[in-house]
Formats: sequence, C-alpha cells, structure tokens
Amino acid sequence: MEKILDYSRYLLIGAEATVVVTIFALALAILLSFAAGIARAMRVPVLARVCAVYVAIFRGTSLLLQLFWIFYCLPLAGIEISPYLAGILSIGLNSGAYGSEIVRGALNSVSKGQIEAARALSLGRWQTLFLVALPQAARETIPAFGNIAIHVLKDTALVSLISIADISFQAQQLRGMTYDSQTIYLICMAMYFALAMVLTAGRMGIERKLDISGTGRSGKASA
Amino acid sequence: MNAILSLEPGLTWAFFLAVLPVLLKGLAVTIAAALSGYVLALVLGIVFALLRSARFRPLALATMLVLELLRDTPLLILLFFLYYVLPGYGLVLPAFAIGTLAIGFQYGAYLAEVYRGGIEAIPGSQWEAAAALNMTRLQTYRDVVIPQAVPRVVPAMGNYLASVLKETPLLSTISLFEMFSLAMLIGDRTYEYIVPLTTAGGLMLLLTSAVGLLVSRIETHLPRQGIPLR
Repeated sequence: MEKILDYSRYLLIGAEATVVVTIFALALAILLSFAAGIARAMRVPVLARVCAVYVAIFRGTSLLLQLFWIFYCLPLAGIEISPYLAGILSIGLNSGAYGSEIVRGALNSVSKGQIEAARALSLGRWQTLFLVALPQAARETIPAFGNIAIHVLKDTALVSLISIADISFQAQQLRGMTYDSQTIYLICMAMYFALAMVLTAGRMGIERKLDISGTGRSGKASA
Repeated sequence: MNAILSLEPGLTWAFFLAVLPVLLKGLAVTIAAALSGYVLALVLGIVFALLRSARFRPLALATMLVLELLRDTPLLILLFFLYYVLPGYGLVLPAFAIGTLAIGFQYGAYLAEVYRGGIEAIPGSQWEAAAALNMTRLQTYRDVVIPQAVPRVVPAMGNYLASVLKETPLLSTISLFEMFSLAMLIGDRTYEYIVPLTTAGGLMLLLTSAVGLLVSRIETHLPRQGIPLR
C-alpha cells in the first residue's frame, strides 16, 4: 500500500505535463478542425485545396512520424523548437485533421431546406454559414469531439519519447529505479483512465447544457 | 531547398536512393506487424463482444470495465506493460509478438464496440419476426442479423486497419526494427533526418491511401439489402 502511494506520487508529478499538453493540443485541434472543415465545406478557393492536402498528409501518416519530423527536421531547417511545442503542434495538427472531417461532415448534413430558407431570406453564403449552419453543426460535433479529446489524451504519451516528463515518462523512470513494472504500469493505466473519465464527464456536461440527446452522430468509429 | 538540406541536390537524390531499399524492408515488417495485430483484433473483438453481452451480469460488467480500460490506455503504455511485465511471469516473447498482442487487445476493444453497434442496429421487430418464423438463434444470426450488420461495420473496420498501420511505428519503442526505427537509425548515424523520415512518411501515406482505396472498393461490392445504412 505504502508502495502504491509512493509510486502514485511519483507518477502524479508527470500528470501536470500530460494535462498541459492535452489542453493546448486539444485547443489547437479544435481550432484547426473548424478552420479546415469550414474552408473545405465552403469550397474556399485555394484554401480548400491546401486544407485537403493538410488533412491527407496528417491523416495518412503516423503521429509518431509527425512528432519526430517536427522535432528532428525543423531544427535542421533552422527552426528551433522546444519539446513542448513539438508535442503540442504535432498532436494538434494530427487531431485537427481528423476533426476537420467531423466538422465538414456536420456542415454538409445540415438539411437543404434550411440553406434554401436562408437563401430565400437573402442571407449571404457566409451569413448562412455563421447564422444557420454552423450553430446546428457545432452541436452535432460534440460527441465526436469527445472522442477526439480522449485520443489527444492518449496521444500525449508519445511526448515522453522526446523527453517531456509526462506520466509515461515518469513511469519509465520509475521502472528503471524499481523494476516493479506491473504495479507501475497498472497505476499509470488507472491515471489515464481517470483523466479520460474527466474528459468524458466534461463532454456529457456540455451535451446536457446544449440539450443534445446522446444519440448524435457517433464519432466512435476511429476518430 | 539547399537551406533545408545540408546535402547537395545530387547527393540528396543519391541518399534517397540508398535509403529507400532499407526502408522498404522495414515497411514489410511494418505491414506484417500491423496485419497480425489486426487479425488478432478481429478475433478478440468477437470474443469481447460476446463476453460483454453475457447473460451472467458480473461477467458482462467486468468485461465492460476491462474494455474501457483497454480503450483509454495509450498503446505505448500497453506495449511497455506487456514488454516488461510478461517476462516476470516467465513469458519472454519477441517484440513482434508483444506488438501483435498490444495492438490485438486495444483494437479488439474498439472492434467489440463496432460489432455491437452493427448488431444493435437491427431493429427488435426483426428478431421477433424471426422468432415468429420459428428460426433458431443461430439461424437468426446467420440469415438475418449478420448479413445486414456486415455492410454497417465494414467502413469502421477499414478505418481501424488504417489506424493500426499508423500505430505500428510505436513498436520501435520495444526495439522492433520496422520502417520508422530504421529511418531514425539512419538519421542518428548520418545526422540527416529529413530524407529518411520524409521517405518513411511518404511510404506510409502511400500504404494508408492504398488501404483506403481497397476498403472503398469492398464497400461498393457489399450487398445493400435490408435496413438502410443511415
């Protein structure tokens, strides 16, 4: 018991880094999701193409590759980048690519009748987007973004590989000192589980506030 | 380009050509690891889905908890857990097998949910109709439920295959020499990370695109009868 408490205390030191990277990467992901999703759904000239390439690259390759590319290759091009920034950038860009498909899908699924009604009221394209389509689409995306949030949390474990002292990093250190792998990694799993629960509770709180029935388009299938 | 690459353009090309065959060998390992993990996941998914819907409540609840834990744990931690804990029980497995197990368990947990969703999409009235026609449980599954559930789960299954491929570079952390670890090794030896990492990324992109195409080909050939697909 004493042992478990000691281990937990050591691993909790890493929780701060995990939470910080999760929050910033998630914020970046949501921002990019809406920016790229809107640009593609509205078929903005040039920008839509650029976003399509961005999404294809970041969805088509591994996060680990992206992280190491940013961390190892950008400095060679003269761009100094800290481990934190590399972690937040790569996870944010990666999840933003997935999220943009959610936003695009939600925007495209707003009923035609509403768009026509907005046209009849002589709203412009962008007015229709911001006043009619987006408010409805954004609510629809909440369940899927809940899944993205949990993916972001799990993805942050990779930053331990570029020397950020997060939960996973602390676990590796502790294993090196004690060789008590089983207890350490079980506590470690429990911590990620607890953090995921917090994210799920947050999503459910937002859903309740917006009065979304739990049925919404589920993004569970591979975010 | 010369600002980014310290090599002369001609040398960059030669370096790329030297790196490519090594990475292609690594890619074969990547594909093998991904496929074996995925196949295990397909099977475990069925087992998990059955356990989760067990009549014996405590078993179903315990399975639910374990599945949630498997889904919420980073694959990296799952890999380390198996890699460092199993030898303590006298089970020393090669990195390839550990990777297969970790991917199999995590994606099995995901796929259990996919299978369940596919089966639950069949409305209760069809079960009742099958019962009214005196069909056995097995017949109902074989002739009514599964044929309608398959087209609903295939797209998600395809997405997971692509995900598994993208996760295999993680196996480099338990010293499996797949494409990514070879690219990093070349980078560490030569201090030229851009060529090997970018090449590895390009190959990965080609591979996942091919999987995407394959899955959409399969989707168009699936039967469309029965309940509408959304």
